Amino acid sequence: MTDDAVHSETLDTELARDHLQHALAQTWKTEPGFWGALTTVDHKIIGRRYIFTAFLFLALGGVLAMLMRLQLAQPEGRMIGPDRFNQIFTMHGANMMFLFAVPVMEAMGVYLVPLMVGTRNIAFPRLNAFSYWIYLAGGLLLWIAFALDMGPDVGWFAYVPLSGPQYGTGKRADIWAQMITFTELSALAVAVEIVVTVFKQRAPGMSLDRIPLFVWSMLVTSFLVIVAMPAIMVASTSLILDRLVGTHFFNPAEGGDVLLWQHLFWFFGHPEVYIIFLPAVGMVSTLVATFARRPVFGYLALVMAVVATGILAFGLWVHHMFVTGLPRLGESFFTASSMAIALPAGIQIFCWIATLWDGRPVYETPLLFVIGFIVTFVMGGMTGVMVASVPFDTQVHDTYFVVAHFHYVLIGGAVFPLLGAVYYWFPKIVGRMMSERLGRLAFWLIFVGFHLTFFPMHILGLEGMPRRIYTYQPDLPWHGLNLFVSISAGILALGFLVFFIDAITSARSGPPAGDNPWDSPTLEWATASPPPAYNFTHIPVVDSANPLWGQSGVLNVASGLRTNRREIVVTTISTGQPQARESSPRNSIWPLLAAIATSIMLIWSIFSPWAVVWGSIPVAITLIGWFWPAGTPEDDA
Amino acid sequence: MPRLVRITLLPACLLIGGCNNWQSALDTHGASAASLKQLIIFIVAVCSVVWTLVMIAMIHALWRRRGERRPQPIELAPARERRLSYVVTASVGATTIIIAMFTLASFFTTHALNAAGPDDLTIRVRGLQWWWSVEYVGPDPSRRFETANEIHIPVGRNVHLLLEGDDVIHSFWAPSLAGKQDLIPGRLNELTIRADHAGTYRGQCAEFCGLQHAHMAFLVIAEEPADFERWAEAQRASAIETSDEAITTGRDVFMRKACAGCHTIRGTKATGTPGPDLTHVGGRRTIAAGLFETTRGSLAAWVADPQTLKPGNNMPLVPLTPDELRAVSAYLASLK
Repeated sequence: MTDDAVHSETLDTELARDHLQHALAQTWKTEPGFWGALTTVDHKIIGRRYIFTAFLFLALGGVLAMLMRLQLAQPEGRMIGPDRFNQIFTMHGANMMFLFAVPVMEAMGVYLVPLMVGTRNIAFPRLNAFSYWIYLAGGLLLWIAFALDMGPDVGWFAYVPLSGPQYGTGKRADIWAQMITFTELSALAVAVEIVVTVFKQRAPGMSLDRIPLFVWSMLVTSFLVIVAMPAIMVASTSLILDRLVGTHFFNPAEGGDVLLWQHLFWFFGHPEVYIIFLPAVGMVSTLVATFARRPVFGYLALVMAVVATGILAFGLWVHHMFVTGLPRLGESFFTASSMAIALPAGIQIFCWIATLWDGRPVYETPLLFVIGFIVTFVMGGMTGVMVASVPFDTQVHDTYFVVAHFHYVLIGGAVFPLLGAVYYWFPKIVGRMMSERLGRLAFWLIFVGFHLTFFPMHILGLEGMPRRIYTYQPDLPWHGLNLFVSISAGILALGFLVFFIDAITSARSGPPAGDNPWDSPTLEWATASPPPAYNFTHIPVVDSANPLWGQSGVLNVASGLRTNRREIVVTTISTGQPQARESSPRNSIWPLLAAIATSIMLIWSIFSPWAVVWGSIPVAITLIGWFWPAGTPEDDA
Repeated sequence: MPRLVRITLLPACLLIGGCNNWQSALDTHGASAASLKQLIIFIVAVCSVVWTLVMIAMIHALWRRRGERRPQPIELAPARERRLSYVVTASVGATTIIIAMFTLASFFTTHALNAAGPDDLTIRVRGLQWWWSVEYVGPDPSRRFETANEIHIPVGRNVHLLLEGDDVIHSFWAPSLAGKQDLIPGRLNELTIRADHAGTYRGQCAEFCGLQHAHMAFLVIAEEPADFERWAEAQRASAIETSDEAITTGRDVFMRKACAGCHTIRGTKATGTPGPDLTHVGGRRTIAAGLFETTRGSLAAWVADPQTLKPGNNMPLVPLTPDELRAVSAYLASLK
């Protein structure tokens, strides 16, 4: 009986709102100070860190892009030599793909998914902390190597034999391959967390057809990560083995195959594009609904389009290999499949335009970025259809046409929505609004600068300019457009500068946001800005896809959770029926220690195969510490 | 804005292409490149129309209810939703038709490209860091010969290229004549090209291959069949002998120094293979894979300091006195 009494006093039903919030804050809090920062498992703190770090890498990658544009502004430029230039373009690509684009999308998921599905923390929160530290270590590895003139110089795709033991001397290619291991490890960890959070931790009543579209897109993205990333880890590990212990996976002289690398790389590399693009689809769907003032048109069609894109993404990789001399029949198949992915993309575009058509658009900065996205992404999609055609591709493959194409889909298709999303969710994350005036300025500078920079590259490609060249000869007619592109890149960079200034000053002194400044329909706006450590005072119960746009203006809540230990509601996958109360792990230093041990092992293994043997001992020790029962209430549950 | 750029720049580039572009997919002089250009123009034109229609729809959608401050979210009306779904479904249907059209057009274009015949001229092209080895292989071994970075072909005849990668992956691309094809170690790729007009067309490596990927160009020189035969006959011959003293001095320096270890000059003791065959180097238009026009001066500059002119390339600096340098460059220039 006494046991029951203790329980009832700690249930949230028994406490007044003030006391309840106090109790929850105590239970879920992150200790202040340095120790707290190292041990926290709060998805919001980790998500914020992830986003901040990813944007830092964006800025660094942007500096590299400007250096390349300086070098290419004139023929036979002598500012940067070939060795450094090859490092710079490799770093730019690897950094933007592995350290910015994928992590920033995962980071938005880490921050937003638990709030959008109405739970208190992400699933496997310690793994979440671990994934951030691993990501940070991978980023530091790459950039420190670059600073020491040991940056990889084999392209972000690291084709063998150029990256193999014979032609890629030194440790540069190994650093690339091991950076892959770091970032894929962290991406896989986050993917697993998001899948479990979405499947098992949704608010009661959030059946599959009520999941916000951003959450759907993060779910599909996570499955793509889980299926695609192992291919690149197999590839990069085989490369390291070829380089370090003399295996011959990719050595044709010993029965290996050079093209095997390309198959493995692009089996990952093409889905990678959708790993970056699908979260953006979710962001656009969210922003369109809020700013058109109506639920998005074609919810089911959009979900099916996202799922279809995710599946088709694995049937396209050969279109990166159309000029390697594969059999014609196979090439025709991959032409058809590559073209087919234009259909789900088309469905998405048409649904968004239909939403705007029927809605009452409010022209604030986030919507501007969505409009910029549609203008740009439709063009990028069309050049995508062009390169999907084998004969067309034989003229533009590995030229500036392709450089233009993928910047249209990656910047236009993913970064524009991301910037819109930052303007949209910044008030939730920081508690302050960003400047509408600077936001508009940043949008126009970025939008105009982008098109002036990248549109001419289509023409340069058709005029015969290959990619990845550190210079070109004066007798080729590319000089004028290259100079134009370089100057335009300055406008684009200025736009990003305005964006960064806006973000920094608004974080300090922007006007307070309130809970729901845009009158948005989804759950993350049903709590304070920034949200408290426990996210929601009571777990919300939803009865529609847009719970905050309900007629009553009242949100139902569930109660009965304990307040003296970290407890969350587990629900069923399809209908979101409450199933159980489950405890969520407390703060811990072990994820950081495990990440340090893992980093030492991985970096050491660049130099010696024995690192895998001896280095695994500290990893094992930290993992034992991680899972050792600490006698807390969470362990008892 | 992007629309504006497209309208103003594309004709400008077509104009340039028409005048002096010798390495452009838009200025075609061969059968393959011409049919590829047709396909490119067809797809780009259809896509431009579609893009414009999508933009008109979007702008109209944004324009029709502008000016309201944040209104209450609207309720969905089934009749309106149904009307919208008809429009969206029709648009998706139209997209499907266009996509199918492009797929078929691609298929038929590819089909038409691969018309290799039995009596094509066959040339083996090997890509190396960072130059091209060119070997004319016929059925008669005695009529084979080798050159580098310059491919002569007869106008109007199909030329069958056997493409091999020797070290890393390279890609053979002469856009005015045909699409590109990779040269991959351990594999044999093939490409058929045909020039329809006499002329000099430039190509360059299109797959990243290391430090000097940017300086790995080649020329395809299309000549009338009689001119081509004359050229080929001259190439089959060994290096010319001369009694000019400056030149024989240069030849002796070449044989004595490291040069002969890497280069072949047929008819002499120089039989090295890592570097390009120099038997008729003085007769080629360019040296160092398209880096400079071939003159005695450029040859001297190249031999004197290859690492500054093409950093990272595999030709070492061979120390020569000024006299030796003058003699060697005179000798090389004489190898017509």
